[in-house]
Amino acid sequence: MAKSLIETSKVSKVYRMGDVEVHALREVSISISEGESVAVMGPSGSGKSTLMNILGCLDRPSSGGYWLAGEEVSQLDRNALARMRNHTLGFVFQSFNLLSRTSAQENVELPLLYAGVSARERHARAREALARVGLADRMHHHPNQMSGGQQQRVAVARALVTRPRLMVADEPTGNLDSRTSIEIMALFQELGRSGITLLLVTHEPDIARYASRVVVMHDGRVQSDRRQTPLQAELGPDSAGAESAP
Amino acid sequence: MSLLQVLRVAVRALLRNKMRSFLTTLGVIIGVSAVIAMVAIGEGAKARVEEAFASMGSNLLVVLSGTTSASGAHGGFGSMPTLTWDDLKAIRSEASAVRYASPQLRSNQQVISEDQNWATSINGVSPEYFSMRTWPVAMGSAISQSDIETGNKVVLLGQTVVDKLFGANADPTGQSVRIQKVPFQIIGVLARKGQSATGQDYDDAAFIPYTTFQAKIQGGLQKFVAGALMVSAVSSEATTRAQNQIATLLRDRHHTPIGADDDFSIRNLTEMASAQQEGVKTLTTLLASIAAVSLIVGGIGIMNIMLVSVTERTREIGIRMAVGARPRDVLSQFLVEALALSIAGGLIGILLGLLVANRLAANFGWPILIRVDVIVIAVGFSGLVGVVFGLYPAQKASRLDPIEALRYE
Repeated sequence: MAKSLIETSKVSKVYRMGDVEVHALREVSISISEGESVAVMGPSGSGKSTLMNILGCLDRPSSGGYWLAGEEVSQLDRNALARMRNHTLGFVFQSFNLLSRTSAQENVELPLLYAGVSARERHARAREALARVGLADRMHHHPNQMSGGQQQRVAVARALVTRPRLMVADEPTGNLDSRTSIEIMALFQELGRSGITLLLVTHEPDIARYASRVVVMHDGRVQSDRRQTPLQAELGPDSAGAESAP
Repeated sequence: MSLLQVLRVAVRALLRNKMRSFLTTLGVIIGVSAVIAMVAIGEGAKARVEEAFASMGSNLLVVLSGTTSASGAHGGFGSMPTLTWDDLKAIRSEASAVRYASPQLRSNQQVISEDQNWATSINGVSPEYFSMRTWPVAMGSAISQSDIETGNKVVLLGQTVVDKLFGANADPTGQSVRIQKVPFQIIGVLARKGQSATGQDYDDAAFIPYTTFQAKIQGGLQKFVAGALMVSAVSSEATTRAQNQIATLLRDRHHTPIGADDDFSIRNLTEMASAQQEGVKTLTTLLASIAAVSLIVGGIGIMNIMLVSVTERTREIGIRMAVGARPRDVLSQFLVEALALSIAGGLIGILLGLLVANRLAANFGWPILIRVDVIVIAVGFSGLVGVVFGLYPAQKASRLDPIEALRYE
């Protein structure tokens, strides 16, 4: 495959809870190439969320090195981490995390606001991103006027709008029914075909089957790491995502 | 993120909770309007005092003759004549800080017209008297130097006296009145001057040449001035100098031994005016300070609500951070919200303050005195309140850990 987008070297994370040291990650070394779709699995407490937070530049490792897109992230300060999250990454969360009482369009524009993009370009790019997730006709709807699947697609559009190289999804289908879950996975696969690397944290084996690589975590270590031929997400004929897919 | 965008986000966040935003600004509104209204009241009172003293006459000194003391009872200033006409001449010619000097001989007498009579104060004065008191003639002519020299029986009436004897708006010039059975010709009427600071009616008076007063009203010793000397200094700064010059001159003329008490007294009206103004100023400062305290209380209200807001919007802060908001962006967002609250409160406070000041001025009959510098300071201060009390909540928000913030329910 192509060069590594993500490269970690013996990344550890230690939390201190009172007198007890909790080792959330123990010397994890992992390399992810551009264009891969990686599902991270494992029971709760296995360290998969901690790994995702570090890879997603929300947190810094206690020790070890982390290179993202050729940049040494583990030493960056809070402002530089924010810049990485803004330019290089897109996040999708289990609970969507949209701003309520704010239209879909404005939610999608939010990252561009912090990137200092002009108003005209923000509107154009937000429209484009919403069209890409099949919500061109829902631009002015507020989150509470949309279904869970639609809200998650707004969140995907928000992650896409900065044209990131890596998309980090934390249990993106956790709050969705199985049919909508497949829709979202189809959307991710389509993004993958356009070259975006996907890092997917999930505890559902069904969802992990759509990834090209599955990493299983246990007790803060990588237990297994295997590549697979991803299952293609089948789209229902009445799905909005299918209608707008190119 | 540009400042304009930050402002837009802040205003939208505030409009989301209109009632709460309004109640939060209420503290600042009350504080700012109180400061403005209090200062306006103080300024109005000050102007009122100035007006009262200005109508008395500018840069005035009053020289009174000495006291008697008979069988243990002290008679008070003016009870024993010690000032002579030569003293007056000496003051006029030798005291350099003095511009005008005039005697004011006073006696309460019945003034009788053809069909009415009225008791008023009859004043024997020289022509300078009216310049000293900046008191123009409304009808007819003033007392002239030749009236003094020949002792003409002419009288200049105050408006109140005219009202009582001839009816309002009448022009009695040329008619005659009798004072102590002596007929006086009315040569003019003085302009209306109003009341003194203590409520005395300046217009209830009649003025005749002091020489006529001596000859027809007073009688008795002609060597002494049977009343006070009114003296005006060349400028308001010169009043104290004039006072000292007159004192030195009179002690010298009266051969007062060193260490002995003066046999006269000098009242400096300018000093009295500035003392009274000083009092008003103290009161204004006091009122404004109390109002400023309420502005600080308003600021604490803003801080309180901003802290609540940061807690409530922890998740929103997490989302913003996840998509790339730097700590600085979050800080400026909350700081601008606090500033917007306090400045909006400041602006509404100005309007309310002006309204209150206007109403109070109308009620008390004071001039409306709005000080622009106070408005600028009040708004500046409310902005400062916003920054000072908004900084802590904003800093708290910007220091949130994005992971914790996203997990917050």
